[in-house]
Amino acid sequence: MAGQDVDPKLLEILVCPLTKGPLQYDRKKQELVSRKAKLAYPIRDGIPIMLVDEARELAD
Amino acid sequence: MDSLPDQVFDRQAVCHHKHRAAAALPSFDFLLREAAERLVDRLLDIRRDFPLALELTTHGHVLRDAIRLARHKETEESRPSIKVLLHAQMAPAMLRGAGPLQLVADEESLPIENSCLDLIVSSCGLHWANDLPGVLIQSRRALKPDGLLLVNFFGGNTLTELRRSLLQAEMEVEGGAGPRVSPFADIRDAGALLQRANLALPVADTETITVSYDSPMKLFRDLRGMGETNAVIGRRKSFSRRRTLMRACEIYEADHADESGRVPATFELITLTGWAPAKNQPKSAPRGSGQVPLIRVLGATDDPPKPA
Repeated sequence: MAGQDVDPKLLEILVCPLTKGPLQYDRKKQELVSRKAKLAYPIRDGIPIMLVDEARELAD
Repeated sequence: MDSLPDQVFDRQAVCHHKHRAAAALPSFDFLLREAAERLVDRLLDIRRDFPLALELTTHGHVLRDAIRLARHKETEESRPSIKVLLHAQMAPAMLRGAGPLQLVADEESLPIENSCLDLIVSSCGLHWANDLPGVLIQSRRALKPDGLLLVNFFGGNTLTELRRSLLQAEMEVEGGAGPRVSPFADIRDAGALLQRANLALPVADTETITVSYDSPMKLFRDLRGMGETNAVIGRRKSFSRRRTLMRACEIYEADHADESGRVPATFELITLTGWAPAKNQPKSAPRGSGQVPLIRVLGATDDPPKPA
């Protein structure tokens, strides 16, 4: 089930838990990217993991 | 009271307990089911459609089952019509068995866009929140105007028998006592929190569920099975000494057992209801705007009471 797409209904309503700013869906990496927080939240088996502790920090 | 810490619960531990309990939850979830069914009952009383709903603190398929059960019982026109139900939980393992739309999220930092949900529900989870006011405020923001928040969680009178027995045993055996049972929110505080979160038509009420157990040990096993074991910061990290635990069981039985040797365990369930403010909602009239004296409504005479 790896790489399963996130349901569009979720994508519509999810925001960054830290900044409440918008997220960009990186389909290839299966991540939701918050530019403002410089964090990428992983998606595992189609389930977005919206925890700051689990997010990948982005370089500038 | 300035010295009270901001953080009461170790959220990592809460998450860990939920994770550990997830696989065998169906053997221990009768209380969670009961609470979820009571929550859904309330939902049924509200004749309204909820196109997009979010469940916080999901316990597998417990709430979904309760909704399904209610649909089965109710007639066509009174079924609660949730079109899409999302499930959120901090411990991914607890999402297993929930509906297809899931996200791992901490209800204390809700990753949901403003004004997009019609309903937020949560059953038996928010007593582990460090920041319940924050959860309520964020929930209100995530709701559309006139959206509904309906949650229940364990309140201050939960497990009083256990609390007292453990405290006494610990004093006797170890000569000191630490927090063993969560400090739960009080019903009075809960009502005030709804108002503080600016939720309209706020209602907080409480009901008691008393469960009868074969023995206190059985209760311990159930609490662990539900993922409800101690996660208070400052708890002793090593579990209670066996002697303390045995002594607590003795005290519990001595103080509470009925003739057949069974012991009761009290669970207080607090239910909070509130609506995201909207213009068309009923509001109470401003103070002093009444046209009819209350004394007339009550059927008394207009004569002011005479001093004795």
